[in-house]
Amino acid sequence: MPDPLSKRAALATPPSLARKIRGLSDRTIAWIFIAPTIFLLLAVNIFPLIWTIRLSLTNFRTNRPNNAVEFVGIENYRKILTDSDTWTSLQATAHFLIWTIVLQVLIGFTLAYLINKKFRGNDMWTTLIVLPMMLSPAVVGNFWTFLYQPQIGLFNYFISFLTGTDPASFSMIGEVPLAPWAIVIVDTWMWTPFVMLICLAGLRSIPSSIYEAAECDRASKWRQFWTITLPMALPFLMLAVLFRGIENFKMFDLVVQLTGGGPGATTQLTSIDLKREAFEKWRTGYASAYAVILFVTVFGLASIYVKALNKVKDR
Amino acid sequence: MSSFIKGLLRLRRGPWEMLATILIALGVFMLMQPFALVLFTYSFIVTLIGTVMFIIVSHFPE
Repeated sequence: MPDPLSKRAALATPPSLARKIRGLSDRTIAWIFIAPTIFLLLAVNIFPLIWTIRLSLTNFRTNRPNNAVEFVGIENYRKILTDSDTWTSLQATAHFLIWTIVLQVLIGFTLAYLINKKFRGNDMWTTLIVLPMMLSPAVVGNFWTFLYQPQIGLFNYFISFLTGTDPASFSMIGEVPLAPWAIVIVDTWMWTPFVMLICLAGLRSIPSSIYEAAECDRASKWRQFWTITLPMALPFLMLAVLFRGIENFKMFDLVVQLTGGGPGATTQLTSIDLKREAFEKWRTGYASAYAVILFVTVFGLASIYVKALNKVKDR
Repeated sequence: MSSFIKGLLRLRRGPWEMLATILIALGVFMLMQPFALVLFTYSFIVTLIGTVMFIIVSHFPE
């Protein structure tokens, strides 16, 4: 029978400390080892969360620290959930979320399907495709601002080449109907490679023997795609959707760099709205309640994500 | 359908997790839909119930 953990730990420590360790149970030693992690987790994650929930029930304002802090109950939540501006910013987030996911899944899966076929230069194309994902969102936001310039922007010239309109006649980030699409295009450009990589992992996990059996049964390529490829890659696709959904729900940096939430509040996503409430209007209690609402929503989505992840693991 | 209800009555994890997932999805939809402000108002409570339910029922037996 192997030595207990306390005995092994005692052997590896100086004699004076070893005497103390020998007297401890394995369970106590295990607790001593994980205590710093638990303490850090409590200090960095749990305490701020509890503090935010507490603040969300008050009228506290960070810019007026000497004012009396009053308990207002669920008043902040009631205000947020009946505020049409908040509702508008959530709709902007929904537009961004839905279109980025649809486009990224469609393009990402198509790219993965094509890259999965062996051809000359396969690795080089894969590297080129995943390049945007490796860039910083601040850099991407900055250079797409130049690409969207009505006077000198390449994007406007490309659209002009396709449609024949004057490149200076429209501004992607300056016009209300176009700005939401401008951020969708940039996010799709940046994060489609991520979806492609997940789909590629799914496609490569399908055993070739299944396709061989289908060939023997004279199943067409179309039928193979619908009855083998898609169902077997579906859990991975679902994972990609949840990953991107949760990430885009919290989108901040790219959009701030591109449009700053404008024109008006057209591209003011929830995280930008939240930042304005907290650090421009200084309504800390209100912003805390807003943060709690977003946290519960993301936590709920994350729970579904973990469930989906377990399903993929079980396969 | 009947196996789903049986699972709910016998406190089995699968159907209860499914119910919690539906509630979370419904709550998120209500939060972001552009049709009615009243749905937006009640979205948080629906999501909260779904999330808390998910945490509890994930400890139910299979």
